[in-house]
Amino acid sequence: MAEKDYILKVDDLKTEFKVGKRVVHAVNGVSFNVERGKILCIVGESGCGKSQTVHSILQLLAENGYIAGGSVEYFKKGANKPQVLSSYSRNSKKIRAIRGKEIAMIFQDPMSTLNPVYTVGRQIMEMLLKHERISKKEAKARIMQLLNDLEIPTPEVRYDQYPHEFSGGMKQRIMVAIAMICNPDILIADEPTTALDVTIQAQILDLIRKMQQEHGTSVIFITHNMGVVAEIADDVAVMYMGRIVEQGTVKQVFTNPQHPYTKALMRSVPVMGMDKARALDTIEGTTPDASTVFHGCEFADRCTYATEACFNRFPIDTIIEDGHRVRCLLFEEGEQNAE
Amino acid sequence: MKKTKQNKPVKSSLTKRSIQKFMKNRLAIVGLIGLFLLLTACICAPLLTSYDPGFIDLTQKSLPMSAEHPLGTDRLGRDLLARVLYGGRWSLLIGIAASLGTNLLAAILGCVSGYYGGKVDRTLVTVQEFMSLFPTTLIFILLAGITGRSINIVLAIWILTGWGGTMRIVRSRILSLKQEPFVESCRANGISSFSIMFHHMVPNTMGPIILNVTMNVGGYVLSEAGLTYLGIGLPADIPTWGNILNGAKRMDILLNEPLLWMVPGAAILLLTLSINFFGDGLRDALDSTTK
Repeated sequence: MAEKDYILKVDDLKTEFKVGKRVVHAVNGVSFNVERGKILCIVGESGCGKSQTVHSILQLLAENGYIAGGSVEYFKKGANKPQVLSSYSRNSKKIRAIRGKEIAMIFQDPMSTLNPVYTVGRQIMEMLLKHERISKKEAKARIMQLLNDLEIPTPEVRYDQYPHEFSGGMKQRIMVAIAMICNPDILIADEPTTALDVTIQAQILDLIRKMQQEHGTSVIFITHNMGVVAEIADDVAVMYMGRIVEQGTVKQVFTNPQHPYTKALMRSVPVMGMDKARALDTIEGTTPDASTVFHGCEFADRCTYATEACFNRFPIDTIIEDGHRVRCLLFEEGEQNAE
Repeated sequence: MKKTKQNKPVKSSLTKRSIQKFMKNRLAIVGLIGLFLLLTACICAPLLTSYDPGFIDLTQKSLPMSAEHPLGTDRLGRDLLARVLYGGRWSLLIGIAASLGTNLLAAILGCVSGYYGGKVDRTLVTVQEFMSLFPTTLIFILLAGITGRSINIVLAIWILTGWGGTMRIVRSRILSLKQEPFVESCRANGISSFSIMFHHMVPNTMGPIILNVTMNVGGYVLSEAGLTYLGIGLPADIPTWGNILNGAKRMDILLNEPLLWMVPGAAILLLTLSINFFGDGLRDALDSTTK
């Protein structure tokens, strides 16, 4: 089998936060690869470390957070050696040259991710002029083109308006514009549709998909919405308590979910045409606190298949089939059909 | 899916809204007019009087109001109107320079302090606290004795000791702005710390800074008058309002020639009141949280 063309390799990434004298392990040895031109979705509940994982990639952690181990390697097109992003210091020139230019990011809350005192045109312009040597006139032409592509009505008027004159959906389009203006290799979207209503969500998803296809960008898409995953993802990684519990292609994970947590997540999503009388399944219990110390599988407490061993031994990744990995003791012992 | 066609979005005007808000405030308008009149009078001093403020004419001393000398003359025969008008230039110039300098320093320090936090922040806040309880007048008295009086020294002392108030306001604004997603977004887009601080955060604190600049002008004019009146501020050859008052502090002048102290006093009063009214209106207009 030919080696896949990876653009980003995250290997055994560990991120910790110092809170007072305690150390909170937010990300616990996460490994995943992003293929060039594909969309990887990271799914998981609130607080499972999705955002901290991608923040670690770009060294955007809060001041009390740091990368405690593992590596992040970025393979620039044409370059033969990877750039090890995890070795760059927090605000170094090197990482700043990557941010926005090679790897761009879209955030969750479009309402406050734009600076209220500048016109949106100026803010997009700033990005473009920072990373590329072109004249203001060329820059403006390119911005207009992009705003048009992003289906923003009357872009020439919108260009000179302030953020408070935009609706949430329009602001998120502007954020997409800021992220895409330098044609980055990787676009990281940190729950970009969570704060928007459903129709706007669909529009933004379409736009991200369209941009991704037109420019060949790779996308890391964070969400807790299984419907969104089904719609746009090529690959999926399911996270729980700072670890990836299951990853594979969207087909593998959706048609053949293996980890009890993934199965439970799937069952808790309403499906068109399902029996109205049936109550939706929920996952028993709550997500443990991030500072809890475990001696075994983090999900064992809430898992219906948990055995004695689950509480006492850490599971390791088991490969189910090509590209489909599960981190669960049930599979290590070969009990594939635990139902 | 399409937006309404008839209502094309119009170009924004935050400025227009602020001006409208300001115009509704009567007291602020009074302040603006007062400030405008005083400023034009001082700037156009050569048109309003033909006398040199420093010209001593002992044959014309202590004259009452007349057509020739509208406000009379002082004990050295200098025309009072000319002295007040030209003196206003100095007083205002010094007030504005001190205010701009102080607030510029305060904005930079406040921004650095709030943005970097940690040791830098603790040091700056401690220095600020020390400054705020240190008696500035004492420095003036000491320096007046050691180096003599000069404009540069007075300005330097004001700027170096006066940055506390604005610095604290800017620092607290920066602390809360630091949590705003747009700052994180700037970082994620590869913008440098310097640019984030001074291009993105400081403009967001401009409201309180502009307000403090205005208000401080009044404050500095007042304290210039106070210091110079006590004889520890500016050198006596500069005809500031404080110096005119200083020249009128003898008991017989206070009793017999009230114009000599009433006119500069009234000028100072008018200026500080105007600035305060204007500043209050400005605050309400700039503050987007009040209607």
